Amino acid sequence: MIAGLLAAGVRHFTGVQARWFGCDPDTTQRVYFANHTSNLDFLVLWSVLPSNARSQTRPVAASDYWRGGSLRFFLADRIFRGVLIERKKVTRSNNPMDQLVPVLQGGESLIIFPEGGRTTETDMRPFKSGLYHLAKAMPTVDLVPVYIDNANRALPKGEFLPIPLLCSANFGTPLRLLPDEPKDIFLMRARAAVEALAKT
Amino acid sequence: MKAFSLDPQMELLGVGIFVLLLIASTIGLILKRTVKSDRSREVVVNLNARINAWWVMIIIFFLAMATGGIGSVILFGLTSFLALREYTTLTPTSRADHRAIFWAFFIITPLQYVLIGVHNYGLAIIMIPVYAYLFVPIRNVIAGDCKDFLARSAKIQWGLMVCVYFVSYAPALLLLHIPGRDGQNGKLLYFLVCVAQMSDVLQYVFGKCFGRHKIAPNISPNKTIEGFFGGVTVAVLIGTGLYWITPFNPWQAALMALVIALMGFCGGLVMSAIKRDRGVKDYGATIPGHGGIMDRIDSLCFAAPVFFHLTRYFFT
Repeated sequence: MIAGLLAAGVRHFTGVQARWFGCDPDTTQRVYFANHTSNLDFLVLWSVLPSNARSQTRPVAASDYWRGGSLRFFLADRIFRGVLIERKKVTRSNNPMDQLVPVLQGGESLIIFPEGGRTTETDMRPFKSGLYHLAKAMPTVDLVPVYIDNANRALPKGEFLPIPLLCSANFGTPLRLLPDEPKDIFLMRARAAVEALAKT
Repeated sequence: MKAFSLDPQMELLGVGIFVLLLIASTIGLILKRTVKSDRSREVVVNLNARINAWWVMIIIFFLAMATGGIGSVILFGLTSFLALREYTTLTPTSRADHRAIFWAFFIITPLQYVLIGVHNYGLAIIMIPVYAYLFVPIRNVIAGDCKDFLARSAKIQWGLMVCVYFVSYAPALLLLHIPGRDGQNGKLLYFLVCVAQMSDVLQYVFGKCFGRHKIAPNISPNKTIEGFFGGVTVAVLIGTGLYWITPFNPWQAALMALVIALMGFCGGLVMSAIKRDRGVKDYGATIPGHGGIMDRIDSLCFAAPVFFHLTRYFFT
Protein backbone atom coordinates (compact mmCIF):
# COMPACT_ATOMS: atom_id res chain seq x y z
CA MET A 1 0.00 0.00 0.00
CA ILE A 2 2.69 2.47 1.08
CA ALA A 3 4.72 1.39 -1.94
CA GLY A 4 1.80 1.98 -4.31
CA LEU A 5 1.12 5.45 -2.91
CA LEU A 6 4.81 6.32 -3.00
CA ALA A 7 5.08 5.17 -6.61
CA ALA A 8 2.05 7.29 -7.58
CA GLY A 9 3.58 10.24 -5.72
CA VAL A 10 6.88 9.88 -7.56
CA ARG A 11 5.12 9.59 -10.92
CA HIS A 12 3.21 12.82 -10.31
CA PHE A 13 6.13 14.75 -8.88
CA THR A 14 8.50 13.84 -11.70
CA GLY A 15 5.78 13.68 -14.37
CA VAL A 16 7.75 10.71 -15.63
CA GLN A 17 7.09 9.39 -19.11
CA ALA A 18 8.00 5.75 -19.63
CA ARG A 19 8.82 4.76 -23.19
CA TRP A 20 9.01 1.04 -23.78
CA PHE A 21 10.98 0.71 -27.02
CA GLY A 22 12.43 -2.79 -26.86
CA CYS A 23 10.13 -4.66 -24.49
CA ASP A 24 6.70 -4.45 -22.85
CA PRO A 25 5.77 -3.38 -19.34
CA ASP A 26 4.97 -6.80 -17.90
CA THR A 27 6.11 -9.25 -15.22
CA THR A 28 8.80 -11.02 -17.29
CA GLN A 29 11.81 -11.70 -15.09
CA ARG A 30 14.50 -9.14 -15.88
CA VAL A 31 17.59 -7.35 -14.73
CA TYR A 32 17.00 -3.65 -15.43
CA PHE A 33 20.31 -1.76 -15.66
CA ALA A 34 20.44 2.02 -15.95
CA ASN A 35 22.59 5.15 -15.87
CA HIS A 36 22.98 6.66 -12.41
CA THR A 37 23.11 10.41 -11.75
CA SER A 38 20.61 11.00 -8.97
CA ASN A 39 18.94 9.45 -5.95
CA LEU A 40 15.73 9.79 -7.94
CA ASP A 41 16.91 7.30 -10.59
CA PHE A 42 15.78 4.23 -8.75
CA LEU A 43 12.46 5.83 -7.72
CA VAL A 44 11.73 6.93 -11.28
CA LEU A 45 12.46 3.51 -12.79
CA TRP A 46 10.62 1.65 -10.03
CA SER A 47 7.54 3.90 -10.14
CA VAL A 48 6.85 3.32 -13.84
CA LEU A 49 6.84 -0.46 -13.58
CA PRO A 50 3.33 -1.98 -13.52
CA SER A 51 2.39 -2.58 -9.86
CA ASN A 52 2.45 -6.38 -10.16
CA ALA A 53 5.93 -6.22 -11.68
CA ARG A 54 7.04 -3.64 -9.10
CA SER A 55 6.21 -5.94 -6.20
CA GLN A 56 8.63 -8.54 -7.54
CA THR A 57 11.44 -6.21 -8.61
CA ARG A 58 14.18 -5.41 -6.11
CA PRO A 59 16.82 -2.69 -6.34
CA VAL A 60 20.46 -3.47 -5.75
CA ALA A 61 21.84 -0.77 -3.48
CA ALA A 62 25.01 0.15 -1.66
CA SER A 63 25.02 -1.16 1.87
CA ASP A 64 27.30 1.63 3.15
CA TYR A 65 24.86 4.34 1.99
CA TRP A 66 21.51 2.75 2.80
CA ARG A 67 22.49 1.52 6.25
CA GLY A 68 23.56 5.10 7.03
CA GLY A 69 20.35 6.13 8.85
CA SER A 70 17.26 4.51 10.32
CA LEU A 71 14.79 6.13 7.85
CA ARG A 72 17.01 5.26 4.92
CA PHE A 73 17.32 1.70 6.13
CA PHE A 74 13.56 1.42 6.71
CA LEU A 75 12.86 2.62 3.15
CA ALA A 76 15.51 0.42 1.56
CA ASP A 77 14.65 -2.65 3.57
CA ARG A 78 10.87 -2.57 4.06
CA ILE A 79 9.43 -0.46 1.25
CA PHE A 80 11.76 -1.13 -1.68
CA ARG A 81 13.00 -4.52 -0.39
CA GLY A 82 16.46 -3.56 -1.57
CA VAL A 83 19.28 -6.04 -1.82
CA LEU A 84 22.00 -4.21 0.10
CA ILE A 85 25.44 -5.16 -1.12
CA GLU A 86 28.98 -4.27 -0.13
CA ARG A 87 30.65 -2.10 -2.76
CA LYS A 88 33.84 -0.95 -1.04
CA LYS A 89 35.63 -3.96 0.48
CA VAL A 90 34.39 -6.93 -1.47
CA THR A 91 35.93 -10.15 -0.18
CA ARG A 92 35.25 -13.81 -0.76
CA SER A 93 32.92 -13.86 2.26
CA ASN A 94 30.74 -10.89 1.25
CA ASN A 95 30.65 -11.41 -2.52
CA PRO A 96 27.48 -9.60 -3.77
CA MET A 97 26.80 -12.42 -6.22
CA ASP A 98 25.96 -14.70 -3.29
CA GLN A 99 23.06 -12.34 -2.50
CA LEU A 100 21.93 -11.48 -6.04
CA VAL A 101 21.90 -14.87 -7.73
CA PRO A 102 19.46 -16.42 -5.21
CA VAL A 103 17.05 -13.49 -5.78
CA LEU A 104 17.01 -14.25 -9.50
CA GLN A 105 16.74 -17.97 -8.83
CA GLY A 106 13.68 -17.16 -6.71
CA GLY A 107 12.06 -15.65 -9.81
CA GLU A 108 12.31 -11.97 -8.86
CA SER A 109 13.70 -9.14 -11.00
CA LEU A 110 16.51 -6.73 -10.13
CA ILE A 111 17.35 -3.08 -10.80
CA ILE A 112 21.06 -2.29 -10.88
CA PHE A 113 23.21 0.73 -11.64
CA PRO A 114 26.41 -0.74 -13.06
CA GLU A 115 28.39 2.50 -12.88
CA GLY A 116 28.79 1.76 -9.18
CA GLY A 117 27.67 5.19 -7.97
CA ARG A 118 26.16 8.49 -9.06
CA THR A 119 28.19 10.44 -11.60
CA THR A 120 28.19 14.20 -12.00
CA GLU A 121 29.75 14.12 -15.44
CA THR A 122 27.69 14.08 -18.62
CA ASP A 123 29.22 10.78 -19.79
CA MET A 124 28.53 7.51 -18.07
CA ARG A 125 31.37 5.86 -16.19
CA PRO A 126 32.63 2.45 -17.34
CA PHE A 127 30.45 -0.39 -16.04
CA LYS A 128 31.57 -2.51 -13.10
CA SER A 129 31.69 -6.22 -13.68
CA GLY A 130 28.64 -7.22 -11.59
CA LEU A 131 26.33 -7.18 -14.58
CA TYR A 132 28.62 -9.60 -16.39
CA HIS A 133 28.75 -12.00 -13.46
CA LEU A 134 24.94 -11.92 -13.17
CA ALA A 135 24.56 -12.59 -16.88
CA LYS A 136 26.99 -15.46 -16.62
CA ALA A 137 25.28 -17.02 -13.60
CA MET A 138 21.76 -16.59 -15.01
CA PRO A 139 22.11 -16.72 -18.80
CA THR A 140 18.36 -17.02 -19.48
CA VAL A 141 17.32 -13.81 -17.73
CA ASP A 142 16.70 -10.77 -19.96
CA LEU A 143 18.97 -7.81 -19.29
CA VAL A 144 17.06 -4.61 -20.09
CA PRO A 145 18.97 -1.35 -20.67
CA VAL A 146 17.22 1.76 -19.31
CA TYR A 147 18.14 5.40 -19.81
CA ILE A 148 16.79 7.82 -17.21
CA ASP A 149 16.67 11.42 -18.38
CA ASN A 150 16.55 14.62 -16.31
CA ALA A 151 16.65 12.99 -12.85
CA ASN A 152 20.04 14.63 -12.34
CA ARG A 153 18.41 18.02 -12.85
CA ALA A 154 15.44 17.25 -10.61
CA LEU A 155 17.71 16.14 -7.77
CA PRO A 156 21.45 16.61 -8.42
CA LYS A 157 23.98 14.76 -6.31
CA GLY A 158 24.58 16.76 -3.15
CA GLU A 159 21.11 18.36 -3.01
CA PHE A 160 18.38 17.07 -0.75
CA LEU A 161 15.29 18.93 -1.99
CA PRO A 162 14.08 17.95 -5.46
CA ILE A 163 12.51 20.29 -8.03
CA PRO A 164 9.56 18.96 -10.03
CA LEU A 165 11.13 18.75 -13.51
CA LEU A 166 9.73 16.27 -16.02
CA CYS A 167 11.75 13.05 -16.16
CA SER A 168 11.63 10.16 -18.59
CA ALA A 169 12.68 6.52 -18.61
CA ASN A 170 13.48 4.79 -21.91
CA PHE A 171 13.45 1.00 -21.91
CA GLY A 172 15.51 -0.72 -24.64
CA THR A 173 15.76 -4.14 -26.22
CA PRO A 174 16.82 -6.92 -23.80
CA LEU A 175 20.41 -8.17 -24.03
CA ARG A 176 21.93 -11.49 -23.14
CA LEU A 177 25.52 -12.62 -22.75
CA LEU A 178 26.68 -14.21 -25.99
CA PRO A 179 28.47 -17.57 -25.80
CA ASP A 180 32.18 -16.97 -25.12
CA GLU A 181 31.73 -13.21 -25.06
CA PRO A 182 34.63 -11.64 -23.12
CA LYS A 183 33.78 -9.58 -20.05
CA ASP A 184 35.09 -6.23 -21.36
CA ILE A 185 33.29 -6.55 -24.68
CA PHE A 186 30.01 -7.45 -22.99
CA LEU A 187 30.24 -4.56 -20.53
CA MET A 188 30.99 -2.10 -23.33
CA ARG A 189 28.08 -3.43 -25.34
CA ALA A 190 25.76 -3.06 -22.35
CA ARG A 191 26.94 0.51 -21.67
CA ALA A 192 26.50 1.41 -25.35
CA ALA A 193 22.92 0.07 -25.21
CA VAL A 194 22.07 2.50 -22.41
CA GLU A 195 23.83 5.37 -24.19
CA ALA A 196 21.93 4.70 -27.41
CA LEU A 197 18.64 5.18 -25.54
CA ALA A 198 19.70 8.70 -24.53
CA LYS A 199 19.40 9.85 -28.13
CA THR A 200 15.86 8.63 -28.75
CA MET B 1 -16.24 36.54 -2.36
CA LYS B 2 -19.59 35.64 -3.86
CA ALA B 3 -20.28 32.34 -5.57
CA PHE B 4 -20.90 32.63 -9.28
CA SER B 5 -22.87 29.44 -9.42
CA LEU B 6 -26.18 31.24 -9.11
CA ASP B 7 -25.45 33.94 -11.68
CA PRO B 8 -28.02 33.27 -14.43
CA GLN B 9 -25.80 34.82 -17.14
CA MET B 10 -22.99 32.44 -16.19
CA GLU B 11 -25.37 29.49 -16.41
CA LEU B 12 -26.41 30.64 -19.85
CA LEU B 13 -22.75 30.80 -20.92
CA GLY B 14 -22.25 27.29 -19.59
CA VAL B 15 -25.15 26.00 -21.64
CA GLY B 16 -23.79 27.87 -24.68
CA ILE B 17 -20.37 26.24 -24.39
CA PHE B 18 -21.99 22.86 -23.79
CA VAL B 19 -23.98 23.16 -27.03
CA LEU B 20 -20.86 24.35 -28.91
CA LEU B 21 -18.85 21.36 -27.71
CA LEU B 22 -21.70 19.03 -28.56
CA ILE B 23 -21.64 20.39 -32.12
CA ALA B 24 -17.84 20.05 -32.25
CA SER B 25 -18.00 16.45 -31.01
CA THR B 26 -20.69 15.63 -33.60
CA ILE B 27 -18.59 17.11 -36.41
CA GLY B 28 -15.60 15.15 -35.09
CA LEU B 29 -17.61 11.94 -35.16
CA ILE B 30 -18.86 12.59 -38.72
CA LEU B 31 -15.33 13.39 -39.94
CA LYS B 32 -14.02 10.22 -38.31
CA ARG B 33 -16.55 8.18 -40.30
CA THR B 34 -15.96 9.95 -43.63
CA VAL B 35 -12.25 10.70 -44.08
CA LYS B 36 -10.30 8.26 -46.20
CA SER B 37 -6.63 9.17 -46.61
CA ASP B 38 -4.08 8.41 -43.88
CA ARG B 39 -2.99 12.04 -43.68
CA SER B 40 -6.47 13.39 -43.02
CA ARG B 41 -7.20 10.56 -40.62
CA GLU B 42 -4.22 11.66 -38.55
CA VAL B 43 -5.58 15.22 -38.45
CA VAL B 44 -9.05 13.98 -37.44
CA VAL B 45 -7.68 11.74 -34.66
CA ASN B 46 -5.82 14.77 -33.30
CA LEU B 47 -8.93 16.94 -33.70
CA ASN B 48 -11.05 14.51 -31.70
CA ALA B 49 -8.38 14.27 -28.99
CA ARG B 50 -8.44 18.08 -28.81
CA ILE B 51 -12.24 18.21 -28.56
CA ASN B 52 -12.28 15.56 -25.81
CA ALA B 53 -9.63 17.49 -23.90
CA TRP B 54 -11.77 20.63 -24.28
CA TRP B 55 -14.66 18.86 -22.53
CA VAL B 56 -12.38 18.16 -19.57
CA MET B 57 -10.88 21.67 -19.53
CA ILE B 58 -14.29 23.37 -19.75
CA ILE B 59 -15.72 21.23 -16.94
CA ILE B 60 -12.73 22.01 -14.70
CA PHE B 61 -13.02 25.72 -15.56
CA PHE B 62 -16.72 25.89 -14.72
CA LEU B 63 -16.26 23.91 -11.50
CA ALA B 64 -13.58 26.40 -10.48
CA MET B 65 -15.87 29.32 -11.31
CA ALA B 66 -18.75 27.76 -9.37
CA THR B 67 -16.71 27.72 -6.16
CA GLY B 68 -16.31 31.49 -6.40
CA GLY B 69 -12.99 33.32 -6.45
CA ILE B 70 -10.93 30.82 -4.52
CA GLY B 71 -11.47 28.00 -7.04
CA SER B 72 -10.22 30.18 -9.90
CA VAL B 73 -7.16 31.24 -7.92
CA ILE B 74 -6.28 27.61 -7.18
CA LEU B 75 -6.93 26.53 -10.77
CA PHE B 76 -4.67 29.22 -12.25
CA GLY B 77 -2.09 28.61 -9.50
CA LEU B 78 -1.85 24.94 -10.46
CA THR B 79 -1.74 25.93 -14.13
CA SER B 80 1.20 28.24 -13.42
CA PHE B 81 3.02 25.55 -11.48
CA LEU B 82 2.64 23.00 -14.29
CA ALA B 83 3.56 25.56 -16.97
CA LEU B 84 6.68 26.57 -15.04
CA ARG B 85 7.60 22.91 -14.79
CA GLU B 86 7.33 22.44 -18.55
CA TYR B 87 9.25 25.66 -19.21
CA THR B 88 12.07 24.78 -16.80
CA THR B 89 12.34 21.23 -18.13
CA LEU B 90 12.81 22.63 -21.61
CA THR B 91 15.24 25.38 -20.60
CA PRO B 92 18.84 24.34 -19.99
CA THR B 93 19.76 25.17 -16.40
CA SER B 94 22.89 24.54 -14.42
CA ARG B 95 23.38 22.63 -11.18
CA ALA B 96 24.10 25.91 -9.42
CA ASP B 97 20.55 27.10 -10.23
CA HIS B 98 18.96 24.32 -8.22
CA ARG B 99 18.13 26.28 -5.07
CA ALA B 100 16.86 29.34 -6.95
CA ILE B 101 14.56 27.10 -9.00
CA PHE B 102 13.35 25.39 -5.85
CA TRP B 103 12.32 28.80 -4.52
CA ALA B 104 10.60 29.64 -7.79
CA PHE B 105 8.41 26.52 -7.61
CA PHE B 106 7.65 26.20 -3.93
CA ILE B 107 7.83 29.71 -2.49
CA ILE B 108 7.40 32.37 -5.16
CA THR B 109 4.65 30.70 -7.21
CA PRO B 110 2.40 29.85 -4.23
CA LEU B 111 3.06 33.28 -2.70
CA GLN B 112 1.90 35.07 -5.84
CA TYR B 113 -1.44 33.24 -5.77
CA VAL B 114 -1.84 33.71 -2.01
CA LEU B 115 -1.43 37.46 -2.58
CA ILE B 116 -4.17 37.34 -5.21
CA GLY B 117 -6.32 35.11 -3.00
CA VAL B 118 -6.16 37.64 -0.15
CA HIS B 119 -6.75 40.54 -2.58
CA ASN B 120 -3.43 42.25 -1.95
CA TYR B 121 -3.23 44.02 -5.32
CA GLY B 122 -0.33 46.31 -4.35
CA LEU B 123 2.04 43.48 -3.48
CA ALA B 124 0.79 40.98 -6.10
CA ILE B 125 1.65 43.47 -8.84
CA ILE B 126 5.29 43.99 -7.76
CA MET B 127 6.27 40.82 -5.92
CA ILE B 128 7.68 38.99 -8.96
CA PRO B 129 8.89 41.89 -11.16
CA VAL B 130 10.71 43.52 -8.23
CA TYR B 131 11.38 41.14 -5.35
CA ALA B 132 11.64 37.79 -7.14
CA TYR B 133 13.67 39.57 -9.83
CA LEU B 134 16.14 40.72 -7.17
CA PHE B 135 16.07 37.44 -5.31
CA VAL B 136 16.96 35.10 -8.20
CA PRO B 137 20.41 36.56 -9.04
CA ILE B 138 21.18 36.96 -5.33
CA ARG B 139 20.44 33.28 -4.69
CA ASN B 140 22.48 32.34 -7.75
CA VAL B 141 25.44 34.44 -6.68
CA ILE B 142 25.40 32.76 -3.28
CA ALA B 143 25.62 29.43 -5.12
CA GLY B 144 28.96 30.73 -6.34
CA ASP B 145 29.08 29.76 -10.02
CA CYS B 146 29.82 32.62 -12.46
CA LYS B 147 29.51 30.63 -15.66
CA ASP B 148 26.77 32.11 -17.90
CA PHE B 149 25.55 34.00 -14.87
CA LEU B 150 23.38 36.55 -16.65
CA ALA B 151 21.75 34.01 -18.97
CA ARG B 152 21.08 31.59 -16.12
CA SER B 153 19.41 34.18 -13.92
CA ALA B 154 17.45 35.60 -16.84
CA LYS B 155 16.01 32.20 -17.74
CA ILE B 156 14.58 31.77 -14.25
CA GLN B 157 13.30 35.35 -14.14
CA TRP B 158 11.64 34.88 -17.52
CA GLY B 159 9.99 31.65 -16.43
CA LEU B 160 8.54 33.36 -13.36
CA MET B 161 7.27 36.31 -15.38
CA VAL B 162 5.64 34.32 -18.18
CA CYS B 163 4.39 31.23 -16.37
CA VAL B 164 3.46 32.76 -13.03
CA TYR B 165 3.16 36.54 -13.10
CA PHE B 166 1.37 36.94 -16.43
CA VAL B 167 -0.93 33.97 -15.85
CA SER B 168 -1.87 35.31 -12.41
CA TYR B 169 -3.39 38.37 -14.08
CA ALA B 170 -6.32 36.16 -15.15
CA PRO B 171 -7.62 35.40 -11.62
CA ALA B 172 -6.50 38.92 -10.60
CA LEU B 173 -9.47 40.18 -12.64
CA LEU B 174 -11.57 39.11 -9.62
CA LEU B 175 -9.82 41.85 -7.60
CA LEU B 176 -11.14 44.70 -9.73
CA HIS B 177 -13.85 46.97 -8.35
CA ILE B 178 -16.06 47.99 -11.24
CA PRO B 179 -18.84 50.37 -10.11
CA GLY B 180 -22.20 48.58 -9.96
CA ARG B 181 -20.77 45.16 -10.80
CA ASP B 182 -19.63 43.75 -7.47
CA GLY B 183 -19.21 40.00 -7.48
CA GLN B 184 -19.58 39.79 -11.26
CA ASN B 185 -15.91 39.78 -12.27
CA GLY B 186 -16.00 36.03 -12.90
CA LYS B 187 -17.65 36.94 -16.18
CA LEU B 188 -14.68 39.17 -17.10
CA LEU B 189 -12.42 36.18 -16.56
CA TYR B 190 -14.77 34.15 -18.72
CA PHE B 191 -14.64 36.85 -21.44
CA LEU B 192 -10.81 36.81 -21.44
CA VAL B 193 -10.44 33.03 -21.48
CA CYS B 194 -13.23 32.55 -24.02
CA VAL B 195 -11.92 35.12 -26.53
CA ALA B 196 -8.26 34.03 -26.19
CA GLN B 197 -9.06 30.33 -26.57
CA MET B 198 -11.68 30.80 -29.32
CA SER B 199 -9.15 32.86 -31.23
CA ASP B 200 -6.64 29.99 -30.95
CA VAL B 201 -9.20 27.36 -31.91
CA LEU B 202 -10.56 29.39 -34.82
CA GLN B 203 -7.10 30.17 -36.16
CA TYR B 204 -6.49 26.43 -36.15
CA VAL B 205 -9.85 25.69 -37.84
CA PHE B 206 -9.49 28.43 -40.50
CA GLY B 207 -5.88 27.39 -41.05
CA LYS B 208 -6.83 23.75 -41.58
CA CYS B 209 -9.73 24.64 -43.89
CA PHE B 210 -8.36 27.55 -45.94
CA GLY B 211 -4.69 27.93 -44.98
CA ARG B 212 -2.34 28.47 -47.93
CA HIS B 213 0.27 31.04 -46.94
CA LYS B 214 2.46 30.56 -43.89
CA ILE B 215 2.62 33.61 -41.68
CA ALA B 216 5.80 32.76 -39.73
CA PRO B 217 7.35 29.66 -41.33
CA ASN B 218 10.52 29.74 -39.22
CA ILE B 219 8.72 30.04 -35.92
CA SER B 220 5.35 28.33 -36.12
CA PRO B 221 4.95 26.34 -39.35
CA ASN B 222 1.26 25.61 -38.74
CA LYS B 223 0.15 29.24 -38.52
CA THR B 224 -1.20 30.72 -41.75
CA ILE B 225 -2.29 34.17 -42.90
CA GLU B 226 -5.78 32.83 -43.69
CA GLY B 227 -5.99 31.24 -40.23
CA PHE B 228 -4.84 34.46 -38.57
CA PHE B 229 -7.38 36.76 -40.25
CA GLY B 230 -10.24 34.28 -40.06
CA GLY B 231 -9.58 33.38 -36.43
CA VAL B 232 -9.04 36.92 -35.18
CA THR B 233 -12.09 38.27 -37.04
CA VAL B 234 -14.47 35.64 -35.69
CA ALA B 235 -12.96 35.89 -32.18
CA VAL B 236 -13.65 39.65 -32.26
CA LEU B 237 -17.23 38.95 -33.37
CA ILE B 238 -17.66 36.48 -30.51
CA GLY B 239 -16.20 39.00 -28.05
CA THR B 240 -18.56 41.67 -29.35
CA GLY B 241 -21.47 39.27 -28.99
CA LEU B 242 -20.50 38.74 -25.34
CA TYR B 243 -20.61 42.46 -24.46
CA TRP B 244 -23.72 41.91 -22.29
CA ILE B 245 -21.72 39.95 -19.68
CA THR B 246 -19.07 42.70 -19.41
CA PRO B 247 -18.99 46.34 -18.32
CA PHE B 248 -18.20 47.24 -21.97
CA ASN B 249 -20.52 48.48 -24.69
CA PRO B 250 -20.40 46.59 -28.00
CA TRP B 251 -17.58 48.57 -29.66
CA GLN B 252 -15.53 48.54 -26.47
CA ALA B 253 -16.03 44.77 -26.25
CA ALA B 254 -14.89 44.48 -29.87
CA LEU B 255 -11.69 46.47 -29.19
CA MET B 256 -10.96 44.45 -26.04
CA ALA B 257 -11.47 41.21 -27.96
CA LEU B 258 -9.14 42.49 -30.71
CA VAL B 259 -6.43 43.28 -28.17
CA ILE B 260 -6.85 39.85 -26.54
CA ALA B 261 -6.70 38.04 -29.90
CA LEU B 262 -3.63 39.98 -31.11
CA MET B 263 -1.72 39.64 -27.84
CA GLY B 264 -2.68 35.96 -27.80
CA PHE B 265 -1.30 35.51 -31.30
CA CYS B 266 1.98 37.18 -30.28
CA GLY B 267 2.17 35.01 -27.15
CA GLY B 268 1.78 31.90 -29.27
CA LEU B 269 4.61 33.04 -31.55
CA VAL B 270 7.00 33.95 -28.72
CA MET B 271 6.47 30.69 -26.85
CA SER B 272 6.84 28.81 -30.16
CA ALA B 273 10.17 30.50 -30.80
CA ILE B 274 11.47 29.07 -27.51
CA LYS B 275 10.27 25.59 -28.52
CA ARG B 276 11.88 25.77 -31.98
CA ASP B 277 15.14 26.93 -30.48
CA ARG B 278 15.14 23.86 -28.23
CA GLY B 279 14.12 21.64 -31.15
CA VAL B 280 10.78 20.39 -29.82
CA LYS B 281 7.21 20.63 -31.09
CA ASP B 282 5.33 20.76 -27.77
CA TYR B 283 6.06 21.77 -24.19
CA GLY B 284 4.80 18.45 -22.88
CA ALA B 285 2.17 15.77 -23.25
CA THR B 286 -0.18 16.62 -20.39
CA ILE B 287 -3.24 17.44 -22.52
CA PRO B 288 -3.99 14.82 -25.19
CA GLY B 289 -3.99 16.35 -28.69
CA HIS B 290 -2.86 19.78 -27.49
CA GLY B 291 0.61 19.05 -26.09
CA GLY B 292 1.60 20.58 -22.79
CA ILE B 293 -0.17 23.05 -20.52
CA MET B 294 2.10 25.80 -21.85
CA ASP B 295 0.98 25.07 -25.42
CA ARG B 296 -2.61 25.74 -24.34
CA ILE B 297 -2.06 28.89 -22.28
CA ASP B 298 0.65 30.68 -24.30
CA SER B 299 -1.92 33.09 -25.73
CA LEU B 300 -3.47 33.72 -22.32
CA CYS B 301 -0.05 34.58 -20.81
CA PHE B 302 0.36 37.56 -23.09
CA ALA B 303 -3.29 38.64 -23.29
CA ALA B 304 -4.15 38.56 -19.56
CA PRO B 305 -1.93 41.41 -18.27
CA VAL B 306 -2.91 43.78 -21.09
CA PHE B 307 -6.61 43.02 -20.72
CA PHE B 308 -6.36 43.48 -16.95
CA HIS B 309 -4.69 46.87 -17.12
CA LEU B 310 -6.94 48.20 -19.89
CA THR B 311 -9.99 47.21 -17.87
CA ARG B 312 -8.54 48.60 -14.65
CA TYR B 313 -7.55 51.92 -16.26
CA PHE B 314 -10.75 52.62 -18.16
CA PHE B 315 -13.50 50.94 -16.14
CA THR B 316 -12.65 51.15 -12.43
